[in-house]
Amino acid sequence: MAKGLFGSSLVKKYWMALTGLFLITFLLVHCAVNAAIFVNDGGETFNKFAHFMGTNLLIRSMEIVLFVGLLAHIVDGLMLYFQNRKARPTAYAKQNNNSSSTWYSRSMALLGTLILFFLIVHLGNFWVKTRITELSVIDQHLYYDGEKYENLFGEMQLVFKELWVVIVYVLGCISLFWHLLHGFKSAFQSLGLNHSKYKGTIAIIGDAFSVIIPAIFAAMPIAMYLEWIA
Amino acid sequence: MEGNMNLKLKIWRQKSTSDKGAMKDYQLGGVSPDMSFLEMIDVLNDKLIREGDDPVTFDHDCREGICGMCSMFINGEAHGPNRGVTTCQLHMRSFKDGDTIYVEPWRSAGFPVIKDLMVDRGAFDRIQQAGGFISVNTSGRTMDANAIPVPKEDADKAFSAATCIGCGACAASCPNGSAMLFVSAKVSQFALLPQGQPERKERVLNMVKQMDEEGFGNCSNIGACEVQCPKNISLENIARMNREYLMANIKPEN
Ligand code: SF4
Ligand code: FES
Repeated sequence: MAKGLFGSSLVKKYWMALTGLFLITFLLVHCAVNAAIFVNDGGETFNKFAHFMGTNLLIRSMEIVLFVGLLAHIVDGLMLYFQNRKARPTAYAKQNNNSSSTWYSRSMALLGTLILFFLIVHLGNFWVKTRITELSVIDQHLYYDGEKYENLFGEMQLVFKELWVVIVYVLGCISLFWHLLHGFKSAFQSLGLNHSKYKGTIAIIGDAFSVIIPAIFAAMPIAMYLEWIA
Repeated sequence: MEGNMNLKLKIWRQKSTSDKGAMKDYQLGGVSPDMSFLEMIDVLNDKLIREGDDPVTFDHDCREGICGMCSMFINGEAHGPNRGVTTCQLHMRSFKDGDTIYVEPWRSAGFPVIKDLMVDRGAFDRIQQAGGFISVNTSGRTMDANAIPVPKEDADKAFSAATCIGCGACAASCPNGSAMLFVSAKVSQFALLPQGQPERKERVLNMVKQMDEEGFGNCSNIGACEVQCPKNISLENIARMNREYLMANIKPEN
């Protein structure tokens, strides 16, 4: 690996921040598109959105960028984690960390790993079935105004019939919440954007984002399991 | 000074850098609440010497919060439980009779233990030598510093960064073992002033390079350093260093 690309501790920070902000943008888009299920029209709006996302060339190419970005975020994070462990070879007999920092800011690697486990389940549930194999739902296609659409909504209903799946999704969203609560603000600090003038604004937006986005995501499997949306 | 506190001390004892070392228990009576923490250790050492034991080796010099030598990790926190103070400014009235107190050296790959509580902070000196200076002519034709106008706000920020005493509490408290707060304070104090401009870019590049070579960890914006720093150096300095380093990489020439 080129020394300049991941070499210095600060460059690793920039990568963490840039890939993190990119993934945040993705979350926003993903959440907005999926929120179409809450229209509660039997999935018509959602299936149309999903069709657009699945067929638009620009969005399909962004999918590759997304995977590369995610991978870079993970690799960079792991490098930081292992290097930082080496930086304190002997542990303190007593260390009162809670008096000076939050547990979640210290647990980004753990939270990230939990999110990764969730992602594996999640991609297996949807991405693999829409992009590689076939949907498991019986009526794979629906017709709106004579046009053929994949029944991704039906697939969601099928997947979220299982209670354990719903629990995994909710736990994934909780991990995401804590990860974002530190990560959002942290990304701006890493890029040098910390000034008393706008620090407060970033913190408010970051906290709001960390609560709202995972909450909307978590509401999806719950609403489907309880059949509030059908 | 009437002594009336009894304490149970758990202190790290290590004969030399290569020795493994271990925590050792001591019972100490007759401690006055008016003593500083270092005076309390003096009393302990006095007792150890009388009993024919090896006294606890620890760093100290000014005993008034300006030299940064008194590195002690007390009850899990750098310089103990109080904020904005060094160990020499910590008084025994911050503890209660019968307390158990842990005393450990700074733990960092960049600060090897020399003996007991004394660590080698040469890493900070080498980081300073890599760029924490300005090159000026001092041969008698020096320019009066006050002849160069500096905006008040910049002067204040540079001064508050310059109050860093290089104690190492930031690296010792950081869960990642990162020395970013120290390095960023040293980068900031010059980056903000006209005298620091000629070497601005190579300074940040060289100091960060040296910091990484010394084996300190990577900053992930946890913020423990800012809380534990005896001089209240702000995280804004780290953000400034992040900017300085980014700019120096994008456009290395001045
Ligand atoms: S930044 Fe604070 S904690 Fe770090 S060396 Fe300077 S004075 Fe000590
Ligand atoms: S002995 Fe000088 S700062 Fe404590």
